[in-house]
Amino acid sequence: MKSGSNLERVMAAGHFAVTAECGPPRGADPDHVIKKAELVKGNVDACNVTDNQTSVVRMSSIAGCMLVKQSGIEPLLQMVVRDRNRIALQSDLLGASALGVRNLLCLSGDHQKFGDDPQAKNVFDIDSIQLIHLVKTMRDEGVFPSGDKLDGAPKFLIGCAVNPFADPYEIRVPRFKLKVDAGADFVQTQCIYNMDVFKKYMEDVKRQGLHERCKILAGVTPLKSAGMGKFMNRMVAGIDIPDSFIKRIADEPKEKQAAKGIEMCIEQIHELKEMEGIAGVHVMAIEWEEKLNEIIGGAGLLPRPVVEHETVH
Amino acid sequence: MITGTPKPIDEVLSMIEAYNKIIVAGCYGCVTVCRVGGDKEVQVLSSTLRLAREAAGRPVEIKEVCLERQCDPEYLEPMRPYIEDYQAVVSIACGAGIQFMAEKFAKTPLLPGINTGFLGVTERQGEWAERCQGCGDCVLHLTGGICPVTRCAKSIFHGPCGGSVGGICEVDKEIKCGWQMIIDRLKSLDQMDNYGKLKPYKGWDASRDGGPRRIIREDMK
Ligand code: SF4
Ligand code: SF4
Repeated sequence: MKSGSNLERVMAAGHFAVTAECGPPRGADPDHVIKKAELVKGNVDACNVTDNQTSVVRMSSIAGCMLVKQSGIEPLLQMVVRDRNRIALQSDLLGASALGVRNLLCLSGDHQKFGDDPQAKNVFDIDSIQLIHLVKTMRDEGVFPSGDKLDGAPKFLIGCAVNPFADPYEIRVPRFKLKVDAGADFVQTQCIYNMDVFKKYMEDVKRQGLHERCKILAGVTPLKSAGMGKFMNRMVAGIDIPDSFIKRIADEPKEKQAAKGIEMCIEQIHELKEMEGIAGVHVMAIEWEEKLNEIIGGAGLLPRPVVEHETVH
Repeated sequence: MITGTPKPIDEVLSMIEAYNKIIVAGCYGCVTVCRVGGDKEVQVLSSTLRLAREAAGRPVEIKEVCLERQCDPEYLEPMRPYIEDYQAVVSIACGAGIQFMAEKFAKTPLLPGINTGFLGVTERQGEWAERCQGCGDCVLHLTGGICPVTRCAKSIFHGPCGGSVGGICEVDKEIKCGWQMIIDRLKSLDQMDNYGKLKPYKGWDASRDGGPRRIIREDMK
């Protein structure tokens, strides 16, 4: 075991994994996280805690992870390279590991221009792929990137994100390969709506054998309405929701659109479960955590398996 | 070249508020080429300041000069005989030139008349764009001659990030994604092999992060 995390054990035992995410609040109130965690609990193998997503200042992801952990859920720490240089990154990695965080997602981070403080200085001392390499070096070699020996190596299952729908398409699989070469153990994809493009992407991924080197968790986000779909298509970089997908929701009366969105999300998970090379799903029910149980249960993925340390070899 | 933009006239007026006898100093180097600090701009700025101060009932005497380069000691020396006859200098050279003049003339306040911008090129008449951040360890041979430090808004070394859409950077519709350009160019050079390699962490110590830098060429001393 690289990290011994629950997520790692579940995947190593061959189960279809489930993760979700929890955005920390815009303030210091812990109850916000604890309430969300209650909705996530029991439905997932690990829960992402985002790191100042879209550059909007929030409670730190490490603190959020601790609150999630106290609620009895395994946290998955998101870490962006936008706000911290390599000194701060290493130090936070050590701290998070010491506090018992065992899963990590290495990200670039949205540009600060999208957040509260567009005048902030950005860091990008190393990029997200180099962060993967940095963590792997610390974990597997027990040394800092500088070469000095660590007094206790951090234990993380190392994750990355990919967007199969971003431009230019031809670089998507090679860039994923770079992340795997750097040391990514798992990947969570951007939310998938265009299954045709995703299948093509997976064919290319499998041709390179990346699915055998890195566990692939397919990202899904249920749409609350046809309007949300249109909005995301327009406003979120690298989101591809086919018109036919939105139309199926738009054909429903307003009050039934949310239910349709959930039904389609469940449908997608069923389809993803059958796809070769997919190790799990990452369900991003943004500000809709109360639906996680319905979605994940509806997809036949509950209860979540319990895999003891000893059962995995 | 080093580019810049004129400071708003009100800002310059407030800087010279306390003075009634000043020099406005231009430079025939980069700032002439990008039309922000040459002899013509010295004339225009001086006239504008004079008129504004006259209108305010507090005229200012201005000596107009334009040096060959404000960043070389030999061109600054000729100012020595007269500089102390003036209370201050508004320089419209780049920040390096302004500072160098300040260093040479300890008793004279130096006021910046432009905002120094970046190392860039003239893309077309009246339009300049950044190309280099002087990082001290050039990687252009690996990236198809397009600089990831400067032309990617996140200065990443394995792009593009997820924010690249149709060749445009997530930061602004007017900004091309540097990594899309790098990839297009690597393809046209048949050098995509370069893309697939993990690049070492950038040594920012060669950049400004190592403190103010200095180049010493013994062969030229
Ligand atoms: S790599 Fe460094 S030196 Fe080369 S163009 Fe970019 S910033 Fe300038
Ligand atoms: S969109 Fe392109 S240029 Fe902009 S930050 Fe991402 S990789 Fe860099």
